[in-house]
Amino acid sequence: MNEALLRSLTPGVLAILVRRGADFAAAEDAVQEALLEAVRVWPADPPRDPKGWLVTVAWRKFLDATRADVARRRREDLVDKEPAPGPTPAGDDTLQLYFLCAHPSLTPSSAVALTLRAVGGLTTRQIAQAYLVPEATMAQRISRAKRTVSGVRFDQPGDVATVLRVLYLVFNEGYSGDVDLAAEAIRLTRQLAAAVDHPEVAGLLALMLLHHARRATRTAPDGSLVPLAEQDRGRWDTRLIAEGVTILQAALARDRLGEFQAQAAIAALHADAPSAGETDWVQIVEWYDELTRLTDNPVVRLNRAVAVGEADGPRAGLAALGALDASLPRHAAVAAYLHERDGDLATAARLYAEAAHDAPSLAERDHLTRQAARLNARRRR
Amino acid sequence: MAKYLLLKHYRGAPSPVNDVPMDQWTPEEISAHMQYMNDFAARLEKTGEFVDGQALAPEGAWVRYDGEGRPPVTDGPFAETKDLIAGWMVIDVDSYERAVELAGELSAAPGAGGKPIHEWLEVRPFLAAPPTITE
Repeated sequence: MNEALLRSLTPGVLAILVRRGADFAAAEDAVQEALLEAVRVWPADPPRDPKGWLVTVAWRKFLDATRADVARRRREDLVDKEPAPGPTPAGDDTLQLYFLCAHPSLTPSSAVALTLRAVGGLTTRQIAQAYLVPEATMAQRISRAKRTVSGVRFDQPGDVATVLRVLYLVFNEGYSGDVDLAAEAIRLTRQLAAAVDHPEVAGLLALMLLHHARRATRTAPDGSLVPLAEQDRGRWDTRLIAEGVTILQAALARDRLGEFQAQAAIAALHADAPSAGETDWVQIVEWYDELTRLTDNPVVRLNRAVAVGEADGPRAGLAALGALDASLPRHAAVAAYLHERDGDLATAARLYAEAAHDAPSLAERDHLTRQAARLNARRRR
Repeated sequence: MAKYLLLKHYRGAPSPVNDVPMDQWTPEEISAHMQYMNDFAARLEKTGEFVDGQALAPEGAWVRYDGEGRPPVTDGPFAETKDLIAGWMVIDVDSYERAVELAGELSAAPGAGGKPIHEWLEVRPFLAAPPTITE
């Protein structure tokens, strides 16, 4: 039973049902049921044509549901004949499905849930477990999302940027559970990259691969965070790095720069450094300048201040930081780091403690508290 | 996508606008209050934002370790304890603004005279998982 194969077929099967005239919400339910049946039946009786099997079963499920619906409403004039399977431009259909599931009328959490189910083929239970909410809540979130997009025409062109934001969210804010959301985000972005030729899709895929390559070294066995400079670079996944760099270079060569390519370029420069001390911070600052130009995101300016601190010394970093709003998330953590590098341990320790107090995640809070404790212990000696 | 705790206090929160103890309400007012809370939770389940809701008994005990081989010490309740949690609701929403909006609605639950209690609810963000992309 190849779950990866099964799930890779999901968007194509769903798109065929919609092309045949099924409405999106009913088609999506039917495909989910077909997937469940495949899980049950395939191990003992694997089909020769898995996609054809799924289309047939899903279509039958759709018709059954429609008939039950019709019977309940005492209307018997709905379609009952199976249309001839016409040509299906798979890549194009898959792309439409991404657009629909990331439609701007959806909230980010709804778009994420719908994408994981309709494009990713995950079950509602799996998505609920991944985001630590009850299954009933996730079921409602998905059915509301389906209702929201039910009036959207399937062949309407969408905006790739909205799709990329959803995939970025899945990758960046994924909790860790039974479902590996980071790996799932990479799979869905790969699939998208195969369906559409767009440098920012390639940029996001490269960004994900380059960060995923470092994943095993980002946390210690006890779950605590390991900063980039202290990660065991020998354990970085060189295959993923090579793939990410190749994809990024091809995207950059097309000279249509976007924020994901710029972020990936920064990740590539880190991945490229044999040791933290050999990092090309000057080039990283230049990429942050590009990124600031592209997005004008204050968080980018904050990260830029760190890079400036490495490239031109902590005083320069602090000067760059001085121009930013101190209420930015992680501002105190960056200030603490730069003050420590500048030798002002008392200020650094105070700022680390302040940063810990405001940390948005448990792992960061613990990490920052340890930094404050380390400096305070050193000052007592 | 972030989780928030909406915390309801028996004691320790600032006084609500409609500050009449529940045992002074009419039975119908109590029923209306309970119905409002249930409807609120049901509505959040429908919007896909409900995670959990629980109520706590007012009376509890303080417990602490008392050394190797000794049973834990229990004590209390202490009258001087300033803060007493009555219950909570956990929500999973797209923004802090949405969490505040929902807390505002929950605080409008009817009390004495069928009027909203305007009860102060504490809104506390959960510490989440750290983001993958940090630089």
